[in-house]
Parts: sequence; structure tokens; C-alpha cells
Amino acid sequence: MDLKEKLLSSFMAFEERIDVHSELHDVRTEAIKNFENKGFPTKKEEAWKYTSLNAILKNDFTVFPKAESNIQYSDVKKYFLHEIDTYKVVFIDGVFSSHLSSTTHEGIDVCLMASALTKPKYKMIIDAYFNQIAKKDDSLTSLNTAFANEGAYINIPKSKVADKPIEIMYFSTGNEAALMVQPRNLVIVGENSHVQIIERHQSLSENPVLTNSVTEIFAQKRAIVDYYKIQNDNLQANLIDNTYVSQKQESHVSVHTFSFGGNLTRNNLNFYHFGERLTSTLNGITIIGEKQHVDHYTLVNHATPNCESFQDYKGIFSDRSTGVFNGKVFVEKEAQKTNAFQKSNNILLSDKATINAKPQLEIFADDVKCSHGCTIGQLDETAMFYMQQRGIPKKEAKALLMYAFSNAVIENIKIPELKQRITTIIANKLGVKLGFDL
Amino acid sequence: MLSIKNLHASIGDKEILKGINLEVKAGEIHAIMGPNGAGKSTLASIIAGNENYEVTEGEIVLDGEDLGELAPEERAHKGVFLSFQYPVEIPGVSVTNFMRTAINETRKANGQEEMPANEMLKVIREKSELLEIDRKFLSRSLNEGFSGGEKKRNEIFQMAMLEPKIAILDETDSGLDIDALRIVANGVNKLKNDKNAIVVITHYQRLLDYIVPDFVHVLYNGKIVKSGGKELAHELEEKGYDWIKAEN
Repeated sequence: MDLKEKLLSSFMAFEERIDVHSELHDVRTEAIKNFENKGFPTKKEEAWKYTSLNAILKNDFTVFPKAESNIQYSDVKKYFLHEIDTYKVVFIDGVFSSHLSSTTHEGIDVCLMASALTKPKYKMIIDAYFNQIAKKDDSLTSLNTAFANEGAYINIPKSKVADKPIEIMYFSTGNEAALMVQPRNLVIVGENSHVQIIERHQSLSENPVLTNSVTEIFAQKRAIVDYYKIQNDNLQANLIDNTYVSQKQESHVSVHTFSFGGNLTRNNLNFYHFGERLTSTLNGITIIGEKQHVDHYTLVNHATPNCESFQDYKGIFSDRSTGVFNGKVFVEKEAQKTNAFQKSNNILLSDKATINAKPQLEIFADDVKCSHGCTIGQLDETAMFYMQQRGIPKKEAKALLMYAFSNAVIENIKIPELKQRITTIIANKLGVKLGFDL
Repeated sequence: MLSIKNLHASIGDKEILKGINLEVKAGEIHAIMGPNGAGKSTLASIIAGNENYEVTEGEIVLDGEDLGELAPEERAHKGVFLSFQYPVEIPGVSVTNFMRTAINETRKANGQEEMPANEMLKVIREKSELLEIDRKFLSRSLNEGFSGGEKKRNEIFQMAMLEPKIAILDETDSGLDIDALRIVANGVNKLKNDKNAIVVITHYQRLLDYIVPDFVHVLYNGKIVKSGGKELAHELEEKGYDWIKAEN
């Protein structure tokens, strides 16, 4: 049985466990139908031209893993931002782990999607937000919606600043020979509120994992949301991240994607504007090697006047790794005085590494400032010689140049401990130890 | 100190240096002059170990050690410094951090401990005063957006920090106004002692009014065609390079 059939028949089994008489169930039924019609995307589709799921889908994935396994905090501490206090919503093989988590209902809600989807007190909010911004005709998003159950539910009411960052962590243990998980996160940030969120997917074994994740983020008026995605998984882990952001007036939402690991990573990052004078920031650093593949597929939909968007993606590719950057900026007729900037800078360190960069600007308003720039190059030989001449060995000089290259994005990390962590991951990736932080 | 014997070098099929001989002893200042395209900058690059050029014959020896097989950083660790004609901009790395890395890597290569942070700061302060460099300047990205003069001053600041045995100043005077020229020259003169040596590469005589050479060599068409004392520089200034070209 192929994975699609398996998922379709699993849906029937899943229905036995859930309330089929709810409105939510109608949403799920609609979604599974869409997935049934469309199936998994193939390279024939323009949006998936450079990324093939074929090899991955051949795995015999378990879609309903066994119950929570016995993982202690000390085993996985290093994956958390343990230097500081954080809220934690932690899942093991797709199932919520209460003993690793640190949730709250005091002033803000940082808890489980599963309870938000079923408990009556959340119903109004779920009806208002769940699956409202996620793309309904996207087959992978639909697949996730059909099975949506476990994930993080974050609701920051009006005029609240989350007192500490929130970490959303998905571990897979390898208890299953091959595991597919479909986390679903919902983040609602009220007027004038502020939250910082870190999301990470981490496999603890060499067994194949496929994660098809959907995150919906709603930023109300003047809300500030800083969202960090750390993708530093092992070479058997595959991630399809579908993130949808809805912004109201004067809100600031930034999503920073750090792609250092994994076998195949696809980031579908979509921003939709519903108010004026708001700012969207999309940052990314990709540093990969071997046969790793990272595909950034971004959309910023400027639908309202006087808004700004900034995209800055840096990529360093070695060995036979491949990168894709497809950045679409859509400026609707009403969206006058839009400022939309997009940059994708890439360095290829090997003849066998590939980057496909495709900026797409569609502008229907006439009074806008839009720019895009894609560069693909090698490390600057003259700069290398200059640094070596000052006594810095080749390897360190190379690392320093790559740091410098990604620095503009690193500088944007607002949590100092996270900045330090990202810097350390990069240093480890490059195999050097630098005597200072950038 | 530095001994260059019968140095031939080419880039691709083109031979640029055609048998250079040069002896520089500790405590000396040498000037290498010559028209554009004579091979001056190539010579400087090759001494520093630029791998874009191929040394086809001859040798470069520093204190009895052949530099031929050494990487640029190894030559730097042994005390070779090249002040670049066009210093490279490195966005995202501050002058201070760059210097700290350079010094500690050099110390590490020479079996020394890293320089303690407070000492580093002290040395940085001293040397930046010598070159009349504003402290704020040190936290800026290396050479990024620096004026021509600032870049050159920053090169000599780095030279002051690294205290090389032999410093080659490649067209350090180009892009400098008269005040900056004086500051740079003054810095170089203060760094000069009887244990190190300086090779000044220049097109014009101007810089040599401030950094007074013991020897002047004329490089033309890949060879040193004339050597003399500092008066040779004045003669070149007067007669121009056509005189050299005509003779060769």
C-alpha cells in the first residue's frame, strides 16, 4: 500500500477516535477529500519543480505511533535553550509529553492543540482562527488539517508581553522503523502583545522521519511576533513546513529560518496582509552539505497600502547539496506605497552543489518600491588571501567570511542566548572555533 | 633577512617577473619604483604567497628559510606583512575582532598563549593612537565604507599590531591626501627599528620624502634594472620613467 492509500484508510480509523458530529469534522472531511484529489505534489507542479518527495514517500511510515516513550530531560536538554527559562511545549513521536513540557494558562495560553480542538471553552477561538489562513487548496496542508490534533496552541491576549520565550519541540525517537508526524500549531497574538517563539524538530535516531507541519500565526493590531525555526536535524529527517501568517495593521511579524540539517527540508512560508502600516520580515540562513536539500518557497501578499516586507535569505552550499529559493511578492492594486525588498545571496563551495533561485514579483499597484536581488557566487579569493596574509589560516578565514556573509541575518536574532546558539551551530558546521562572537 | 634570488614568476602563460634579485637586511628601508605594469605589485603578492601566481624559478628566503612552499598565513606567522594596494572590505567582521583573530592565530602558530583581552585592548589603544585612529572606527566592519585614506591607515595600524619582520607597503601612498600621508609615514617610521625591514613599493617619489629609503631599485619589465641610494628616486622624479625605458 502506498503512503497516500495508507493515509486515506488511516483517516477512517482516525474518525473513530474523534467527534464526527462537529463543525471541525466537516473541515477535516473537506481537507481529506482535497488531499485525495491532489495527492502528494510532484515535480510536474511548478511549485515543486526542484523538490521531489518520491524517494521519501517510498518509506513505510507509521502514521499513528505508539504511546509516549521514556525520554528524560537530561537526554534532550541540549536541544533546548536551557540557558534561560522558557515555556515548553514538547512532543515525542507526535504525542504530547507532559513531563518535558512547561505550559501555562496564567494570563496567556501556552498549551496543547489537542485540548483546544476538543474543549468547549476554546470553541469560539478555534472556529474563528483554526484553518482560516492556511491554504485550503494545498494538498499537504489539507492532509495536515485532516489529521490535525497534536501541536502547540498559543494565545496571547490583548496587551500582554509573554514573559519568556516559548519553545515548541518535536522529538522523534526511532521507536518506529519510519515515522510520519503532522504537527499543527496555532498562534494568536492579541493587540499590542508580544511573543517570541522557537520551533525545532529533532530526530533522536537514524530511522527515517517525515514531518508535515502546519503553523498558523495571527498577529492583531500592533502585535509583535518573532518566530525562529531551527532546522538542524539528522540526515534521515525530512520536513515540510507550511507556515501561514495573517497580519493586521501596524503589526510586526518576523520569521527566521535556520536550515542547517535534515535530508530534505521544504519551507512554505506565506504572509497575508489585512491592515496598513505593517511589517513582515522573512530571514533565512541555509548552510548545508552532503546531499542535503533545502527549499524555501515564500509568498508575501501585499493587499493593503503602506506596508513593508523584507526578505533576506543567505545560503552556503557544499558537496552535492541543493538549495532552492522561490520568493514570490504579490502587490495588489490597492496596495499603494508598498515597500517590498527581497534578497537571496548564495555561495557555492563545490562544483557539485546547486542553487535554484527564482524571485517572482507581481505588481499591480503603480506607486510602490520593490526590489529583488539574487546572487550566486564563490568565496571571494581576494578576501581569503587578505585574511591569510594577516595570519588567519585558510579554514578559519573561510569560516570568518561565511560568518560575515550570514551576519546580517544573525544580527536580527533578538534573543541573545539563541544568537549565541546559532553562532555555535554555524561554527560547528564549519568545523572551527572562533575566539569571539559576531 | 630577506633574500630574493633569480625570481621568475608567471600568471597563466604570461611571464611577469623575469629574474629578480634583491637583498634586504635588518634595519634597512628599500624602495621599489617603476612604471605601471613593471611587476611591482606582482612581486609584493608573490613574497606574501599569493597562489594566483606561479613561481617558475628562483627562491625567496627569509632568515635562511625558503618561503617557497609556505601558505600565505605561514609566511605571515614568520613575519611577512603586505600592506595591500586595495585592502579588501569584509562586512560583518569588525576591525577589533579581525585583529584579535589575526594576532591570536599568529601567536598560536608560534607556540605562544593567546593575548589576554585586557592586554589586547591596551595594545589596540596604543597603536590606534599612533595612527590617529578614532576608537569608534575600530568597531566598524573591516574596510567597509572606509575612505581610501582610512583603508591605508588601517593597513598600517594592522602592521603596528602584528609587528612584522618585513613589511612590504604596496602603493600605500595612493589615495592619501597630504595629512593622511604624513600620519601613515610617521607611523611607519615609528615602527621601524634595527631588527625589522621595510620595502616600499611606489610609483611616485612623494612618499619617499617621508619614509626615507636606504636603497632605491627600479623595476622595469619584470627585472630590477637599476639600483642606487635615495638620490635615484629624485632622479626618476625629474626624468620620468621614459629614461629607464629608453635604456632598456
